[in-house]
Order: sequence, then structure tokens, then C-alpha cells
Amino acid sequence: MLFPFYWMLLTSVKSYSAYNGEYIPQFYTLSPTFENYAEAFTAVPLARYFLNTLIFTLATTAAMLAVTVLAAFAFSRLAFRGRNVLFAAFLSLMMIPNELVIITNFVTITEWHMRNTFQGLILPSVTSIFYIYLLKENFEQIPDELYKAAKLDGTSDLKYLLRVMIPICRPTIITITILKVIECWNSYVWPRLITDDSDYFLVSNGIQTIRESGFGRENIPAMMAAVVAVSLPLIVLFLIFRKKIMDGVSRGGTKG
Amino acid sequence: MKVRLEHLTKRFPNSNRKIKTEVTAVDDVTLEIPDGQLAVLLGPSGCGKSTALNLICGLEKPTEGRIYFGDDDVTDLAPENRGVGLVFQNYALYPHMTALQNILFPLQNLKGEAKLSREQMTEKAMEAAKLVQIEELLDRKPGQMSGGQQQRVAIARALVKMPRVLLLDEPLSNLDARLRLQTREELRRIQRETGITTVFVTHDQEEAMSISDMMVVMRKGAVHQTGKPQEIYDEPVDLFVAKFLGTPPINVFEGKVRGGVLTVGADAVMELEDTPDRDVWVGIRPEGFIPDVGGPLRCGLVGVEVMGRDTTVVATHPACAADNLRAIISADTGIGSSAGEVRFALKREKLFLFDKETEERVPFRAR
Amino acid sequence: MKQSDLKAWLYLLPAILFLGIFMVYPLIDVFIYSFEEGYNSASQTVYGVGWYNYSYVLHDPYFLQAVKNTFIIVLITVPLSTGLALLISVGLSSVKPLKDLYQTVFFLPYVTNTLAVGLVFMILFKKTAYTDGMVNLLINQFGGESVDFIDGPYWAKMFIMCFYTIWVVMPFKILILTSALASVDKTYYNAAKIDGTPRWRVFTRITLPMISPMIFYLVITGFIGAFKAYSDEVALFGTNLNAAGMNTIVGYVYDMLYGDSGGYPSYASAAALILFSIVLTITCVNLLVTRRGRPGYAGAR
Repeated sequence: MLFPFYWMLLTSVKSYSAYNGEYIPQFYTLSPTFENYAEAFTAVPLARYFLNTLIFTLATTAAMLAVTVLAAFAFSRLAFRGRNVLFAAFLSLMMIPNELVIITNFVTITEWHMRNTFQGLILPSVTSIFYIYLLKENFEQIPDELYKAAKLDGTSDLKYLLRVMIPICRPTIITITILKVIECWNSYVWPRLITDDSDYFLVSNGIQTIRESGFGRENIPAMMAAVVAVSLPLIVLFLIFRKKIMDGVSRGGTKG
Repeated sequence: MKVRLEHLTKRFPNSNRKIKTEVTAVDDVTLEIPDGQLAVLLGPSGCGKSTALNLICGLEKPTEGRIYFGDDDVTDLAPENRGVGLVFQNYALYPHMTALQNILFPLQNLKGEAKLSREQMTEKAMEAAKLVQIEELLDRKPGQMSGGQQQRVAIARALVKMPRVLLLDEPLSNLDARLRLQTREELRRIQRETGITTVFVTHDQEEAMSISDMMVVMRKGAVHQTGKPQEIYDEPVDLFVAKFLGTPPINVFEGKVRGGVLTVGADAVMELEDTPDRDVWVGIRPEGFIPDVGGPLRCGLVGVEVMGRDTTVVATHPACAADNLRAIISADTGIGSSAGEVRFALKREKLFLFDKETEERVPFRAR
Repeated sequence: MKQSDLKAWLYLLPAILFLGIFMVYPLIDVFIYSFEEGYNSASQTVYGVGWYNYSYVLHDPYFLQAVKNTFIIVLITVPLSTGLALLISVGLSSVKPLKDLYQTVFFLPYVTNTLAVGLVFMILFKKTAYTDGMVNLLINQFGGESVDFIDGPYWAKMFIMCFYTIWVVMPFKILILTSALASVDKTYYNAAKIDGTPRWRVFTRITLPMISPMIFYLVITGFIGAFKAYSDEVALFGTNLNAAGMNTIVGYVYDMLYGDSGGYPSYASAAALILFSIVLTITCVNLLVTRRGRPGYAGAR
């Protein structure tokens, strides 16, 4: 299970000449070097890809949180006509695969002249019905009396949401945040469709570019260094929030 | 602050949508609670007492009728503008805030002129905490406190704004028996110290009798009787109120008045003056029985339970509406438990007559 | 409309707006596209309406290759990864002390970028001018011939494809199954022990039925996920999947839409709808066969 990770790390610290000199690959190296990392960051604009991905991830996640929290609040707390019908409609949309709508979205974004822009990358990725559903369920577990107590003290709906509901449901909110960050960081298909200017490439596209055109030559150690650099942030994030991620995923995430 | 309800009615649409009729939760309630008193709304579950409470605090809007605090008509005011404090059955403390933050929360919502400085808020919160004696718990979160402690925090939170009216919704039912007694006294003390008009909702008649200045007995949205606890116990207006108050409950018999004589089953128990012939329910409080070998009420003896001060006699009677009747007699007036039959004389003031149809109280005079 | 209704809709407005533009409208649109013949994106003109796009797609050898590849991937990886995951998690559930460790290990593939790790796999399996690659050297050790798994024969490419897919999806299944196993009430096992039930019987008669909802859930989501395979293929074989003969249906959709062979949203729509109907049918069949609702809402992201 772990071998590819080891291999990735190992190769990334082997020097180019040493790697190519080994007909039979060595399982260890005595002279680790970081020159591949320098190479990876200078030969291709990896730093740029990182920045792009960071902007994309943060903006998408923030927008997703705002939209999701507001919608979940309306579904769980506010009584309005058509609530159940609308919620059922939301749930049924969950069955629609991305592949089906991505075609039109591509056309829409192109028509809005948003190709190779962050807006174009972010906008279609904002809503996630599953997270709305997850959060709504969580919000509904907060006893009614808390809301009544807050109403009695003259707390507005928005303040109640911010001061009471969000803090109480913080674990779920953290979970969906992390899941969304993972999703964004690893997203490939949509960014690939919508960007052809390498100034707007995300790390996934960056990796793909490196793979296809490389560093001008088959510089595999440098490639591996890039791969390590790209994977590292999420692995660190994962190690920090392991419990929360596990929790969120086992509640119904899938990879795909 | 005097609280007055005038012809208060609340109807809800039926929860089953197919049934078009509405459910009347509170039915034309008119009521006045004098300033500084502790009033208990008492009734079985579903009697509309909690809805009445929600109407007073403004969480529900009445279908008809008005609500006055003193001379102010508060019917159309939002809850936060009424100046009420509410304590919930499950306390409804914010789980992510400490006790102090919970108590401060209502103060932080004040706007405009009422806005307080940080010091003033803390001072008020400390005052409220002191009143309910939780000064040393202020840093804890609700999860780290016992039920009784949470209850006190909830009361402090309700009191911190110095409400005109304090409302308590079954505040003791989540506590265990011993704590309930203790908290009951505590509540009474706090209410006396602050002098805030208080409305307390419960289904526990013992709790209601022990704590209230004034009791309001409700059933099916309507008020059956209002008054001091002892008055209601001694003079119930109808069979429902009589049955609802007292442990052990009142014993009910089928009876007849014929030619000025009240008979229970085959036993002629009392001679009445000026009472026309009618069928009645006869209610006799457990303490209304006096063992008497020549007594008019002849019962079959089932058993005797000696409980310290009192002795309970469990017996049967053919006209008794329940399987058994229970009579409480003082321990020194022993009866021979060997006897298969036990006879009682009845105390006049512990015996009530109710109309067989309307179940309303029928006044009578014994000859 | 009441004021409170208005407020609720206000809270929902962003979600409805986003979903409307990027979910509902495209859904309708994709149907329209798929029936518009000869759509020209430059002039926005259409020759006619009909089934031509579907018939084109269904006769396109690339599409047929993609369907074949997708089905092979689905049929091999779903049963294999689920079965292996079940075996491994049953084995793991008896190893309590290292729980945190193996959870971490199994979760790494979930959080890492598929493309990045795919690159590592490619290097391990690739045969180049400089080296035969790790795996081939191992094969040589056991007396086998070197095979180029990346640019070589079809079966080799398919093998590495399935191998990688299983590597990617299995850990997630192991995690789900171990937590399902852990939640089985221990008293059942104790009861079985008192009755002297043999171990395999305990497994088939107690453990399996207890965790069967989770297994069904994994199978169904596994099917859905495998039918949508795409980025794993890109990771191994590059973006030109048609040339490599390793395209999938989703890959076909994207290629039709964009890239060197792109610019045909109508064909892409038709292919996407064909995929959707396949997935829907198989999911329905799955649900019918198992006759159980899946726990929670999963799925089609």
C-alpha cells in the first residue's frame, strides 16, 4: 500500500545522474539531494500552480460554506411554504452525475468569457447538495428550545445562526470543509476543460503537463519531486485532521 | 407586574392535513395573576398549558384575545420586547458556551438605550449567578454540570434581564425526586426575593400545590378552576378537578339522591336537605373516612398498609368506580384487620356530589 | 407571500441560483444538445433534430472501444476490490493495537492526488530506453519477459489499469468495512462462541449479514464510480487516451467536448446520456437484486 509513496519520496531525492545510472533501481540512496525540488520549482511554474490551486481551493470552499450554511439553515430552521418539495428536489439532483452537466457548464462558462479565469473555475464547483443535506441533518439535532430561548432574548435569525448553530455544529462544518478542500485540491477534469493558459493551471493540470512535456527530458526524479510537493499539503492536512476526515468520509463520501 | 389574559384563544391547523378542522389548544381563557404572585398552570398533558405559556411569552400569536402586563397590552409585541424570562424543561442552555456566557447572552442582544457596557453586563450576570448560587460554576460548560446546576444557570439566564414576568415550563421534571424537592424550595425563595410575577407550568399536582400562590387547573384548553391551592382542594368545582388533585386520589362512587337520602350502592350514607332527586357521582377524599362499626358505608376489606404516621385502608365497594377505594386513617384508630367487612362513617366536608351528566359540583346541605 | 417565507427563500437564493445555472439548466440543455444534429458552435446553427448524434456515437469505434474498456474495468475492479477489501478488513479487525496506523496508511490514497500517484505507478511499470522499470525487473527475477505496461500490449495496459484502480479505491472500502465490522455488537460473537459455532459459520451467518448493508452500499457506489473512471486513466496513459486505446466513456465525452478532437458538444451530450442510462440501469438492477435501500446518501458527485 505504502510502497508507491516510498518510491515517490525516494526517487525525488536521488540525483538525476544517479537515477539514470541505475539500471537496477536502488531501494535506498546514500546521497539524498534536494536539487530535484529546486528543479521542479524552477523548470516549470510549480509555485504558480500552487498559488492558483490555493486561491481556487480557498475561494471555492469559502463560497461553498456560505451557500451551504444558509441553505441548510433555511431547510432546518425556517418554516416556509414549499420547503419539503424543494428539499426533495434538491435530493433528487444529487443523483445527477457531474459528467452530464459539465458539457453545458463548459459552454456556459465559455459564453460568459470566463475561460482561464478564477471565476470560471470556481463558480460551477460551489454548490454541493450532499453537504447541504449533511449540515441540515446536523442543524436539526439542535433542540427547538434553544431557538425559542434565543428568540425570547431578541436574537435575530442570522445572529442565532452565527452565534449558536454554527458553533454547535462546528465538527460537521470542519468535516465538510476538509472534504471540500481535498476535492478542490485534487480536482482535475473541470480545471482541465476550462483552462488552457498555464497561468491558470492547477497542480493537477501542472502534473499532467509535466508528464506530457516533462522538463524537456525524462527527468523522473524532478517529476517525483513535483509529485511529492503536490501531495504533501493534503497529507499534512490529513494527518492533522485524520479523525474528522474519517468521520466525514464514512458518513457517505466517495472518491470519484 | 399583574398579568391578565382576556378571552385568549389559540387554534392550530390539524397536524394531519387531510382533516380540515382546527385543534383548539387554548379555549377562551380569561385569567388574572396578581403582581408578585407565583401562579401554576396545572393540567394533564395536552391540556394547553404549555401553549398558554408560549402565548404569554410571545413565541405563539393568539388567534383571539388580548394579553396585558399591568396596563400594557403586549399581545402584538415581539417576545424580546415583552420583558419576559423563560426557563425550559430541558434548560436549553447553549452547549458551546460557559455558564457565564450563557447568562450574558440575553444582555448582549440589548440595543439602543438599553445597551450595557461590558462591566455592567458582567455585574448583572454576577448578580443573577449569586441569586441562584452558582458563582463557582461560571467557567463550566453545560456538559460539565449536573442537571440541577444546569437548571440554576437556566434560571439565572432568564432572570438576568430582570424580566417583568418569569415563565417556567415544567422546570423540575428532568430532575430526580430529591433534587426536585430541593429545587422547588429554591425556586420559591428566588421568586420571593425578586418579587417577579411568575407563571409555572406543570402536570404534577403535588408540585403545583406545594409551590403556588395561585393555581389554574386546565383541561382541553379551558380553565376549570382558579384559586389558592387549598381552596381548590377543599372546594373543587367539578369531578375533573376533584380527581386531578390529591394523592391518593379521591374515591368516586355512583350514587343516587332519592327523597332527601343519598345512597351509595345499597348504603344510605347521608340525609340531605332541599336536594331534588337526581343521579350523582359521589367523591370522598381518602381522609374523609372514619372507621366505625356502626357506620353507614359497608365495604369489603382488602388490606391495610401501615406507613408510619398514617394507615391506608384498601377496601372494595360495589358502587365504587374504581376496583378499590383507599381511606387514610390515623395510625392509632386501628381496625381489626381480621374482619372481612369494614364500615365507615363519612366526614361531611370531605364528601362532594357531582352531576352524573355534566360532572359539575352539586351543592348540598346535610341534615 | 408571507414575510417569513420571503426570508427563507432569501437564505436559499444562493443555493438555488447556483444549482439552477450549473445543474438544472445543463440537465435540460444536455437533452436538447443530444438531439440537435450538426450543431455548429461558431454559428450556433442546427441542421435538424433527431437521433443522429446517438447513432454517430454508437457507431464510433473510439466510443465502442471506450465502452469495452469501461465495462472491463467495472467488471474486474468492483468485485475484486470489494472482495479483497472484505478479506483484508476481516483480517485487520482482529489486530486492535495498530488500528490508528493502518487507518492512516489506508487513507493516504484517498487524500492524495490521483494524477500524482498515477505518475509513480507509471514509472514503476514503464519500460524505457534507460531501464525496464521496477516491476519488469521483478518479473525478470522470476524468469519472466519484460513487458511495457504503459505503451505495450492491450492486456498489459488493462492489467495495470485495473491494478491501479483497485489500489485507489480499495483503501476506502477497507475503511468503511472495518468500521462496519467494529460496529457489530460483540454479544453476537459471544453467543456464537457459547454455541460452539465454527469460525467460518460465524462469518457467513453472523458477520456478513450484519455488514451486508455496507457491502451493498460499497458495491453500488463502486459501480457508479468505476463507470465514471477517467482521471486514473489519464494519470497512467496521458490525455490522449484514444491513441493509447485506453479511453473510457467519460474520457470520450471530454474528448468530444474539448481537446484535439473536441468541439462536438452534441456527440458529447449523447455519449453522456448513454453513460447515464447505463449507470442508472445498473444501479436500479443492483437495488432490485439487493432489495435494500442504501444507507445514507452517497454517491454521484
